[in-house]
Amino acid sequence: MSRQSFRLEGGGRIDRARALGFTFNGKRYQGYAGDTLASALLANGVHLVGRSFKYHRPRGILTAGVEEPNALVQLETGAHSQPNIRATQIELYDGLTATSINAWPNVKWDLMAVNNRLGRLLPAGFYYKTFMWPRSWWMTYEKAIRRAAGLGRAPEAADPDRYERQNIHCDVLVVGGGPAGLATALAAGRTGARVVLVDQLPELGGSLLDESAGTGEAWRQSAVAELAAMDEVTCLTRTVVTGYFDHNFLIACESVTDHLGHTGAQPHLPRLKLWRIRAGQVVLATGAFERAIGFKGNDLPGVMLAGAIGTYHARYAVTPGREAVFFTNNDTAYAPAMAMAAGGARVKVADVRTEPGAVADRARAVGIEVLPGHAVVSAAGHRKVRGVMVASLGAEGQVGDPRYLRCDLVGMSGGWSPAVHLFSQSGGKLAWRAADACFIPGVPAQTTRVVGRANGTIGLSALMAEAHAAGADAAKDAGFSGSGDAPTLESDQPEQAPLQPFWSVPAKPKSERKHFVDFQNDVTVGDVRLANREGYRSVEHLKRYTTLGMGTDQGKLGNVPGLALLAEMQGVTVPEVGTTTFRAPFTPLNFGAMAGRDVGEFMDPARRTPMHDLHDEAGAVFEDVGQWKRPFYYPQPGEGKDEAVNRECRAVRNAVGMLDATTLGKIDLQGPDVPALLNRIYTNAWSKLEVGRSRYGLMLGEDGMVIDDGVTSRLGENHFLMTTTTGNAARILGWLEEWLQTEWPELKVYANSVTEQYAVAVIAGPKARDLLGEVTDLDLSADEFPFMSWREGTVAGIPARVFRISFSGELSYEINVPANHGAALWGALMETGEKHGITPYGTEAMHVLRAEKGYIIVGQDTDGTVTPLDLGMDWIVSKNKDFLGKRSLTREDTARTDRKQLVGLLTDDPQAVLPEGGQVVEELQDRPPMTMIGHVTSSYYSANLGRSIALALIKDGRQRMGDTLHIPQPLGGPTLSATVTETVFIDPDGSRLNG
Amino acid sequence: MFLIECPWCGPRDETEFSYGGEAHIARPVGGGHDMTNAEWGHYVFHRTNPKGLHRERWVHSHGCRRWFNVVRDTVSHEFLLIYKPGEKPDLPALPKSPEPPDGPGR
Amino acid sequence: MAEPRRLSSLADEPAHVAAVEAGIVMRQAPLHAMVTLRGNAGDPVFLSGVREITGCDIPTDPCRAAMTTDHAVLWMGPDEWLVVAPPEAGTDLRQRLRDRLGDDRTAVVDVGDALAIISVGGPRARDLLAKGCTLDLHPRTFRPGHCANTLLAKAQVTLHQVDAAPTFSVFVSRSFAVYLWRWMLDAGLEYGVQVLQD
Ligand SMILES: [Zn+2]
Repeated sequence: MSRQSFRLEGGGRIDRARALGFTFNGKRYQGYAGDTLASALLANGVHLVGRSFKYHRPRGILTAGVEEPNALVQLETGAHSQPNIRATQIELYDGLTATSINAWPNVKWDLMAVNNRLGRLLPAGFYYKTFMWPRSWWMTYEKAIRRAAGLGRAPEAADPDRYERQNIHCDVLVVGGGPAGLATALAAGRTGARVVLVDQLPELGGSLLDESAGTGEAWRQSAVAELAAMDEVTCLTRTVVTGYFDHNFLIACESVTDHLGHTGAQPHLPRLKLWRIRAGQVVLATGAFERAIGFKGNDLPGVMLAGAIGTYHARYAVTPGREAVFFTNNDTAYAPAMAMAAGGARVKVADVRTEPGAVADRARAVGIEVLPGHAVVSAAGHRKVRGVMVASLGAEGQVGDPRYLRCDLVGMSGGWSPAVHLFSQSGGKLAWRAADACFIPGVPAQTTRVVGRANGTIGLSALMAEAHAAGADAAKDAGFSGSGDAPTLESDQPEQAPLQPFWSVPAKPKSERKHFVDFQNDVTVGDVRLANREGYRSVEHLKRYTTLGMGTDQGKLGNVPGLALLAEMQGVTVPEVGTTTFRAPFTPLNFGAMAGRDVGEFMDPARRTPMHDLHDEAGAVFEDVGQWKRPFYYPQPGEGKDEAVNRECRAVRNAVGMLDATTLGKIDLQGPDVPALLNRIYTNAWSKLEVGRSRYGLMLGEDGMVIDDGVTSRLGENHFLMTTTTGNAARILGWLEEWLQTEWPELKVYANSVTEQYAVAVIAGPKARDLLGEVTDLDLSADEFPFMSWREGTVAGIPARVFRISFSGELSYEINVPANHGAALWGALMETGEKHGITPYGTEAMHVLRAEKGYIIVGQDTDGTVTPLDLGMDWIVSKNKDFLGKRSLTREDTARTDRKQLVGLLTDDPQAVLPEGGQVVEELQDRPPMTMIGHVTSSYYSANLGRSIALALIKDGRQRMGDTLHIPQPLGGPTLSATVTETVFIDPDGSRLNG
Repeated sequence: MFLIECPWCGPRDETEFSYGGEAHIARPVGGGHDMTNAEWGHYVFHRTNPKGLHRERWVHSHGCRRWFNVVRDTVSHEFLLIYKPGEKPDLPALPKSPEPPDGPGR
Repeated sequence: MAEPRRLSSLADEPAHVAAVEAGIVMRQAPLHAMVTLRGNAGDPVFLSGVREITGCDIPTDPCRAAMTTDHAVLWMGPDEWLVVAPPEAGTDLRQRLRDRLGDDRTAVVDVGDALAIISVGGPRARDLLAKGCTLDLHPRTFRPGHCANTLLAKAQVTLHQVDAAPTFSVFVSRSFAVYLWRWMLDAGLEYGVQVLQD
């Protein structure tokens, strides 16, 4: 185990009493509680953490936060493994195991690094240019490219962890828990408004965490304590807001146990929780990201952002090097430089500004050598920086003679980009602030305020005043007041001198190919120049051509420099090249967190009928019909599906079968105008339907196409019961309400769903009357209780409505009882029916039986392009009244006589069953393409007929009776031939039905 | 994810609602049997689909089951007006629905 | 002939009792008589008829419920209410309302078998519901006597806050009841769930 030789003696927020062991790339190390994986690696002197995406260049830790483009690791192994996690954000825990991604066979000897040597041959747009020809080879190229270029590996086993989602509402949402966020939350929280404060770190405080004592820390602690004591304030730490959507709806992902590693998982807690936040007002205090500067080899391990060096030094008590050169265009790099110098490191600063001002004097006072008007032009070293070349810069950008400075650390600062990502996602427009060379929030699109460094505000006191005002204003707009006074937190930082925009050191083209702008995507200044030269002159083109700003970091570091370079090359201002639009997610979002508990049994509700357990006991195989579980068939020992279905079908035609039809949609219609409504929505006439009678109806959309069918019965003068197909129950109720509420408010009709109120058992077959007669007080004689009528009585002692209707073509009763009695009804009928040979049958037998009679199933034999006339159901279309869709039936296209029409098909080979969906052709060719004239909609083996039957929609089908057509099976199986017939295969005159 | 103010139930999440297309398209009196095919086709199939302000219908399908009308900006997704069926608030100037190809009443 | 058995949709769901101290208390409410009532809230005859049968002033404000010791009337829509009565009211409830209100201006529909009622309470009840419901249930916006038709997880429900404890009644279609019961037990894991038996 290596000792932590780069750990400082004192300071920082780590707990030196709690040492933690971890493994990186197979080697054991030690860190402390409070470390991140990145800080612990740096404490052990490990800079080389990965290889770059395209060129496989050695890469080190560049930042200390969410913007890290390089230090992506594969965390843990097996099912718990996660790819592409930023080492800068992984809280260290005991036993942590991580490996570099993107390196093969290992990070030190990456064989793919040959791409680096070939870099000149792999410029921007290389893939588009090279691999698109010959086109058929692209698939081969793509596989090889993906293997070479991928980022991490997805785990192969199912994710064993628990994830949850939760909704939360607030008056004011504050994103970011730094000084600005804290001041905002205090101002809003003191008013009594409901405030949610979200921050990604384990502790609130943001940049204040970089000092462990002093006035800043004292204020931080008191602010956190005051917030914690407020009932209506919720602080979510370890939580990243990743998306800002319409109407102030935001998504945030919280680590509940993730930071503890999988050994810290607890079965009752989620690993991650996805918060769905609906806020009245949003205040963004998301800070700013420091920028890199382009010079040759600025991606070498050991080259870091200056602010990150300061953070590692102060927060984690780690010095990432002992001999540092800082390279800056602004004042902010001096603080970390001076901190390092104070810690005993040898420090030099190259400042591109010729007159850096007071800050340089203070640096010199602590022994730092400052080189004004100088730039770092290149970094030297293999896998780790060991020195830099610095040179003077002339007024016109001429680079002087370089000289070598030895160092093991480079800290660069190209200025700061406010973190405007969420503001941009919310629809807000960005504005370019030339003085600070950055985008700041412009006009908001929602009730959004931006404060602090995210708003481009510099200086602690200005920032606190702004944040307090924003918090008070947001609360006021939410209806609350009483924010008190703004906090005064005097900064010991003096006024800052202006920055001098500087993006990349002037250099030869060859050198510029090693000036990295977007580290994650290996986009260089040379690539930007190439894109510009080739005419990709807008930022959107640049992004797509070079991949700048893509990948997991979404351009947090590279976007603004890339844009500024493009503008510089074109000699225009940045806004003229275009602004940049950030899209969700701000950071990659875990799939498990998105799914939450919508997995396994919670993926989709399983709706069960009251008789479900009895079907289960009878060995039923279930079929999903929408969310319903319906018995598909009931196999007896030794039976497969075909045998079971054949037996069930024979039982219905020869004795009696019983079907659970509970799932059919049932709509209760009450009011004096129900007949008028039915007349308008069904194609046939309803005014004369008597109480006690039932009628079949067909519904059309206004386009004349069939949308549903079913039987409606008149229960009383003003009371009807409509049935719909199982899958359309909710849709048809919605359809009725739509017309009643929006077009026909004058109709006095109330429509209510009663699907769930009644359990329905259908008994069908020649013995159905004998069976029912034994358990009911109803007179079942054909005269008293004819076909298409209903009666109210008791069945097995249960109050019931019995409908004599049929979907099988047999003598059939549909028995409706209150759902809580459904199981009792089913049990009683099974028991009494035994001597009649009662056979429960499932949906497959139901389908076969109805197809034998040529009864359609809407959605199977129709598909939204089928009129009643296409179905041969002219008999149900009234000539004498208007109804929805009627006018469309005489449009030119719907009135054509050669439309696809429903016909029967009988195969030449009676045992061959046509494939449903099979395309029908008139003239066979040797191979496709052939002219298709229709398709098979329903196809079954009919045990009762001893042969197969099918229904099909065939162009001009009714003119083809007796013709032979062909059904090729291009995906396997012989071409089948069949004869066109009528659609009714059994009992065409309906004697079984009416008996 | 929109937050839609149901005229009865108040602000609710978009997931509780269903979209019902363009509003104020009246069904032709008498069922359109005196209309040309083009006119009828216009009623059934043609919609304005504007970029900007749009009158449209929504139904609180998982709430009170009531239909209502809104004026929504299809760019910003702001709901400028929400009103019950039968109400006729002062509507902002909206793009006109295009006339059917062979004109009305012909 | 078998004895008619009257089973609720949740009859066979096992009770789970969490080991940790329970932030959630769940209970399957006993069967109730329930009807959906449709009518005109502006019609005094309708209002007085409902008051006579249920003892409740019908709530005309959206998303409000009226309660007596044994009846509740929940606003479901501008012309729709759910009337909840003790089990013994049975189909008699529908008939009495029907007889009192007539059938040309109102509709009365039995739904007692169509709905299950899950009672959920305890200090973390709002948090549990927030895992599947987008309503703002904060006491400033949702209080005892408030009700709402909404979505809970993937089930359409009617949520009724019964008291300030808080205790909520969740009305759900019977075929979704088992799914929702299990979903609620699962969502409550974090807070500990105690299941009360009647
Ligand atoms: Zn509503």
